[in-house]
Amino acid sequence: MSPSEARTLSAPVRVSFDYTRSVGPVLGRFFDGLREGRLLAGRTGDGQVIVPPPEFDPVSHDAVTDFVEVPDTGTVVSWSWVPEPVEGQPFDRPFAWVLVQLDGTTGPFLHALDVAGPDEVEVGQRVQVRWRDERVGAITDIVCFEEPVEADDEPRGVVADDADAAPGVAAGGDATPLITPVNLAYTYAASPEESAFFRGLQEGRILGQRCPACGKVYVPPRGACPVDGVPTTDEVELAGTGTVTTFCIVNVPFMGQKIKPPYVSAYVLLDGADIAFLHLILDVPAEEVRMGMRVEAVWRPRDEWGTTVENISHFAPTGEPDADFESYKVHL
Amino acid sequence: MVGFAHEQMTDFDGSPTMVELLVPLFREVYEQTGFTRKDIGFWCSGSSDYLAGRSFSFVQAVDAIGALPPVNESHVEMDAAWALYEAWVKIQTGEVDTALVYGFGKSSAGTLRRTLGLQLDPYTMTPLWPDQVSLAGLQARLGLEAGLWDETALAEVAHRSLTDAELNPHAVRRGGSSVAELLQREMYADPLRKHDIAPVTDGAAALVLAADDRARDAAQRPAWITGMAHNIDPQHLAARPLTEAPSARRAGAAAGVAAGVEVAELHAPFSHQELILRRELGLADGVHINPSGGALVGNPMFTAGLNRIGEAAGSIWRGEASKVLGHATSGPLLQQNLVCVMEGTAR
Repeated sequence: MSPSEARTLSAPVRVSFDYTRSVGPVLGRFFDGLREGRLLAGRTGDGQVIVPPPEFDPVSHDAVTDFVEVPDTGTVVSWSWVPEPVEGQPFDRPFAWVLVQLDGTTGPFLHALDVAGPDEVEVGQRVQVRWRDERVGAITDIVCFEEPVEADDEPRGVVADDADAAPGVAAGGDATPLITPVNLAYTYAASPEESAFFRGLQEGRILGQRCPACGKVYVPPRGACPVDGVPTTDEVELAGTGTVTTFCIVNVPFMGQKIKPPYVSAYVLLDGADIAFLHLILDVPAEEVRMGMRVEAVWRPRDEWGTTVENISHFAPTGEPDADFESYKVHL
Repeated sequence: MVGFAHEQMTDFDGSPTMVELLVPLFREVYEQTGFTRKDIGFWCSGSSDYLAGRSFSFVQAVDAIGALPPVNESHVEMDAAWALYEAWVKIQTGEVDTALVYGFGKSSAGTLRRTLGLQLDPYTMTPLWPDQVSLAGLQARLGLEAGLWDETALAEVAHRSLTDAELNPHAVRRGGSSVAELLQREMYADPLRKHDIAPVTDGAAALVLAADDRARDAAQRPAWITGMAHNIDPQHLAARPLTEAPSARRAGAAAGVAAGVEVAELHAPFSHQELILRRELGLADGVHINPSGGALVGNPMFTAGLNRIGEAAGSIWRGEASKVLGHATSGPLLQQNLVCVMEGTAR
């Protein structure tokens, strides 16, 4: 369906954030080990040896302080096939996840296995870690598991009970933060009411809706009247004129800012509406903007219009006398 | 428990605040109970902004209530079954005697197999983006290798669910064929076939609780909650046997599952997880499992667990059973589990 035929408007949106976390003393040691191409396990009170080391003992809840260096070889105890990998996974082609019991440990460790098809992996298979050449102290320092180059059943390396003796592993590297970029893609849909609002803007109209119970006019329209909890039904076209109810002067620069500070962001109560609308007040020095100031919408050139509130470039003073405080005081 | 309504679909084309779905669901439970919004003492919802990328969607969803004058409200970033737990506790305190619990989620807005990567250990797992289907496949194979279940047992669960779904108008996947035919279908996320994996589902739900005489006024045969409990297992994959769900066992015991349950609605998004839950909850062979078809025929994030409890209550309202349980799960591999036991007669 073309956007004009669909019930609602939608658009792609990406949300991304780099989570930056301190790793603490236990995972700090684990990540320090990875940077050096070593695997550190934690030993729990009931004798389990597990990778990654848990920060706290799952049974006794004591802090885990007993570390063991283990070989980077092990045995597949389970696997699952990924026919359609998603962004961020170790491979962008079909691959297997494996639970590997590393030699010298008692529980499973999760990572990917580099095989071309599900017929190349089986429970009981011997595997070894493929290390990344440039390691930073993160779980991704392990590229994946792979078949051992020399097909023997011997552990590569030995179990070193006293991990503190291993050079470079003793210090605990919790000073280096771990950065995990998270980036998610969505298709964001507007509600039917919001879609009508955006389609109206494309035609140079400002559309609101009236609550059938209390008669209040909302712009942009909402799915339900927040006072009565009933759908707003009647469409109302609003004038492009209104009153500044409250405002702030933006003096602080921020990422993505399009206008040079200082400028004014204001609530404009459109004539005929019962809820104010957030927009910019321009064409007037910031210090002259005031509560009660009468303003009107300044539209961009028609050939730039889309289904967006940016069709209205900003609001500018009309030159009319200020509105009485009484006329907008309930909207503050 | 005196009212329940829900909606689920493969692809909701409206706003992720889901006010559009919640308003008619609220109206439906008002009609069931005779309550109006003024009768509701406490509101509690379950949802997550990660699902559809809309910030503060639970605040926007409050529009569906009509919150002027202000209402007594709370929210959990979990399946709405945990909102139900909060509401139930609130009623136990005596502060309120009615509550409306709701939840909503638009899984289709993003890629659920990525979004759920964010519920894993953020240091050692999320950076690899393991998806929930692959993790479930690892769990299923551990059980296959250990002889705890076989492929036929998985197909039997799927076949029964798809067959029962034919009577459920809300199912987004339905139509049993035969266990043999299901086993003929090709592997997807080996060892799982597509029918072993809950479909990505959008949905919303509302459920009403009332105490004592308020409940008797609102329903002919209320489903009386006789026990509810939830527990959680450690997240570390090596910290528990992955083919078990000790937290489900413990929650079931605390909620009083012990004997006499006739109908159990289990929130098992993967075929083999139903088998784990049946064992952990000690459900006898005669217990009717998932008459709704369960999560395998519709798994709306943040309401699929609440739906299990609402569906189980329905069999009490209709006089089909006198003791039932609803179960909800959260987190990877049945990490967290909630069990709610209901009876047709007040204690």
